[in-house]
Amino acid sequence: MTTMKHPGSKKKARTAGLYIVLYAALIFCAMITLVPFAYLLCASLKPSEIFFDNLFLPSGDGLFGVGWDKLNLDHFYRLFAQEGFARPILNSTFFASVSGVLATLFAAMSGYALAKYRFWGRETITKLVLAALVVPGALLFAPVYQQLYWFGMLDSYSGLIIPALAPAFGVYLFRQATINSVPTELLESARIDGCGEIKIFFTFVLPLIRPMMGAFLLLTFLGSWNNFIGAQIVLQTPEKMPLAVAINQLRGVYGTDYGLIMAGTVVSILPVLGLFLLLQKEFLSGLTAGAVKG
Amino acid sequence: MNSGYPKWAPYVFVTPFVAVFAVFMAYPMLYSVVLSLQQTFGPKRSQFVFLDNFSYLLTDPLFWKAMWNTFVFAAGSVFIQLPLSLGLAMLLNHPKVRGRIFFRLIFFAPALVGTVFIAIMFGLMFSRDGLINFTFHGLFAGFDPEFPWLERFVMGSLILAALWQFVGFNMIYFLAALQNVSKDLTEAAMVDGAGPWPRFLNVTIPAIRPVASFVVLLSLIGSFQLFELAWVLLNNSGGPNDQGLTVVMYLYQSGFINGKLGYASAIGWVLAVLLMCFALIQHRVGRAGEES
Repeated sequence: MTTMKHPGSKKKARTAGLYIVLYAALIFCAMITLVPFAYLLCASLKPSEIFFDNLFLPSGDGLFGVGWDKLNLDHFYRLFAQEGFARPILNSTFFASVSGVLATLFAAMSGYALAKYRFWGRETITKLVLAALVVPGALLFAPVYQQLYWFGMLDSYSGLIIPALAPAFGVYLFRQATINSVPTELLESARIDGCGEIKIFFTFVLPLIRPMMGAFLLLTFLGSWNNFIGAQIVLQTPEKMPLAVAINQLRGVYGTDYGLIMAGTVVSILPVLGLFLLLQKEFLSGLTAGAVKG
Repeated sequence: MNSGYPKWAPYVFVTPFVAVFAVFMAYPMLYSVVLSLQQTFGPKRSQFVFLDNFSYLLTDPLFWKAMWNTFVFAAGSVFIQLPLSLGLAMLLNHPKVRGRIFFRLIFFAPALVGTVFIAIMFGLMFSRDGLINFTFHGLFAGFDPEFPWLERFVMGSLILAALWQFVGFNMIYFLAALQNVSKDLTEAAMVDGAGPWPRFLNVTIPAIRPVASFVVLLSLIGSFQLFELAWVLLNNSGGPNDQGLTVVMYLYQSGFINGKLGYASAIGWVLAVLLMCFALIQHRVGRAGEES
């Protein structure tokens, strides 16, 4: 409202100009961001025979010169009826849910312990967690593969899930979140009231670090849902493959059917988009909590 | 002094993480150090060669090519993508903007798409008669309508695809940082008659410095591990003339395709040391911002 103190036509014109520039820039960027999505959606609805005839929608004599009648859901139908995509979707859902929930819980528990308890080994663990942040994941491919072989965990989901349950980045984030949003006095007064340590964590601490729980759950779910290289290394049986690998395998089998792959991509986005809309508020505030007080 | 909790309590909380960490992070890290000192011939036979892998690495032209490509990609992320993220965040942070949540959702959406899917989709869009050539030719009539992106401009194509993927993701960090910039400080600078550019340099930048340095570090760590996007986009290879070969791709090729696990581990450790240097620099820069 402060800008209204000295109303003048010049100022108004400048404000209007500013508005136009601001929105023009935002809308331009939003359009660029959305174009690949529009492309994807169109590609998933176009029949394979006319896939390359037009960039977006097939031409025809419908509204806006588009052949709306040529669009159909055949790719989606084929994906499930012929290619059996229900299985990879189920695999990915299982893998992403289990590793997402467990990794978040483990990270929250140790992040909390590192922030609020003094104990032997605390310094060492904190330093190791920070060091692990910069270790390239690819460095561990070969040794972990060998370990999984020793433990008989190759070609199984336990071989994919268990190594993913030590998320150093998550522990770091939850340590920050606990320091920032869990007051030590609260824990002390709960103890005086005779509350056990585990109950304190679940009833007092978890609700306070909820934004970070949401953010990290979404991040790890997303990571496992779209996991590609890990699954390719660990799994062998075709029926066990997650969505990303199954879709990549559609490439080049009988000449690549891009419509089918694009339909698979749409299917892969919908669940995570839903989860994101559900956890949006937590996600955005949680994600940044680790950075704002670094 | 007892702080009022039983001594076992912290161990209950850290044990699940520490157990998995010890087995699947700490041990493999140590093991990869040992591996990096060995020459391996497939999975069974190996012999100690001490630092030979590393000295060979220094003279391996493919390694340096991969390093250079990865460097170019990281530079693209830091100098093109992050300024765009900051710019978008500043647009969205403008007090006059309505529909902030709506725009934020749109800009973030690409981060939800898996890298493999992005690679396949951009592979189509980068093709000779694909969407990107169509757009550029439409904007600039002189642009070659059949420009072979994935043959002549490989790293540039990867930077473009990653730009779409991550610009909104990084914007979220900047937006949160900007929302924490003290309004009093900005207003005081306005009262002093500071124009938008000095205000940006003297108020905004110092205030978002800790977050910005954190985002730069995350972006560097991510960029230097570029693999999946390039691997799928270039059809499981380094592309024509290895123009798209990245460090992690070279590691993967050496270890998993050619069976030289020792050499692959040496590549991985060089990368790890490089990333550690970045982290140490970030630590310094971030701290310096906090003190002032």
